[in-house]
Amino acid sequence: MTTREQLVAETFVELADTLVAEFDVIELLHTLASRSVELLDASAAGIMMSDQRGGLTVMASSAEEARLLELYELQNNEGPCLDCVRSGEPVVPADLAAMRTAWPEFTRRLQEFGFSTAQAIPLRLRSETIGALNLFRTSSTPMTQADLALGQALADVATIGLIQERAIAASQLLAEQLQAALNSRILLEQAKGDLAERTGLPMDQAFQLMRSHARNQGRRLGDIATEIIDGSLVLAGAKTG
Amino acid sequence: MLARVAEILNSIADGGPQASLPVRLCQECVVALSITGVGLTLMTADGLSGGMVAVTDRPAQGMEELQFALGQGPCVDASRSRRPVLQPDLLSTAVARWPEFGAAIPTAGVRAIFAFPLQVGAFRLGVLALYRDTPGRLGDSELTDALAYADAATTLLLDLQDQAGANREHPALTGALDNRAVVHQATGMISVQLGVSPTEALLRLRAHAYATDRPMHDISVAVVGRRMRFDHSEYGSTTIKGGR
Repeated sequence: MTTREQLVAETFVELADTLVAEFDVIELLHTLASRSVELLDASAAGIMMSDQRGGLTVMASSAEEARLLELYELQNNEGPCLDCVRSGEPVVPADLAAMRTAWPEFTRRLQEFGFSTAQAIPLRLRSETIGALNLFRTSSTPMTQADLALGQALADVATIGLIQERAIAASQLLAEQLQAALNSRILLEQAKGDLAERTGLPMDQAFQLMRSHARNQGRRLGDIATEIIDGSLVLAGAKTG
Repeated sequence: MLARVAEILNSIADGGPQASLPVRLCQECVVALSITGVGLTLMTADGLSGGMVAVTDRPAQGMEELQFALGQGPCVDASRSRRPVLQPDLLSTAVARWPEFGAAIPTAGVRAIFAFPLQVGAFRLGVLALYRDTPGRLGDSELTDALAYADAATTLLLDLQDQAGANREHPALTGALDNRAVVHQATGMISVQLGVSPTEALLRLRAHAYATDRPMHDISVAVVGRRMRFDHSEYGSTTIKGGR
């Protein structure tokens, strides 16, 4: 095996490794960015990802220039990475002229940083595009098809891990909400009973008292219930209050 | 496994609106496996409180109620240990492991229980319990299928929560949260009457129900109706005549 083949193999193992145990998203993205530079005849790489509310964030970069260029894309709403995330397709401009036409401001900035071309590869699984890998190059010759294909393969492996991590995070959030719904409901009923016993009020009036107190104080009913149960809040019944 | 879970979820989604999705999941599970009843419950992490989301028949409901009333049994253990609890022959094994629960088995109409915890990472949601009126193991393929039903139930509960949104209850789960409300209200009242924590008060309520052989629900209704109070006397409670 040549050194390059070895590095390719090692990179796939490295990226796939992150799928197994608990992995760190930022770590994975930095691996992808730095290995892309080593393997793909690029000078710098940056990764932009969509957050779950539809916005885009610069998540990792192999060099400060790459980070600044990506931030510039976001601020000015123009550039290959944005087009790539929006279309879900690779963006590979033919030459400098094509780049100037598509993204005049971005291209000017790119050249100021000493780069000649920029291309973007989507982080995509089936119909879901979660971000893009931006490759900045000082060489003005187009990227080879082989390098593009390898770049897409690296991005695909990373994407599987990222999507899996998002799915797990989303289901854990829902599980937490459901568990909280159950716990807070039990707590609320107990607090109603507690208050009914202390005030002599019927259960529904005890609940009304808690609700109006929460409303008047601009606080959550659940917090009021917790304080009634731990004894830190004493609500008086209708006669005295 | 994932394909089977998706198949189960698709199948219950196609079943029309005549029953809620959790009920349909339980009904399909009864048909698919060599069992006679299924119960799906939400449960707190300690396994001691919760509510029934769906149950297919009376013996299964009786088992769910009994375990809640006693605070012990295969479902409680499944939730606490985060592992399936498989009891193919309850009549010969239950008494040693759960004395009070085991004592009720001869007349319960259930001879085998397979309880599967529903969990997502660190979060415990509840238990899917399979019941059979005759003893006997689940075969390997049936066990795999039972786990697929447990995964499908977990997915379904999360999906309902997703539809409801944070800090809200899905209507299909409100019943489960409601059906023990009176017990939790009584727990709150007893905790004040005895000057103890709600956890301790629930234990006292359970113990009283067991000692007097009355349903926990009935005692709770009496406490909430102020026909009965708990105290530190020898009998642990006072019955008030003519209370509300």
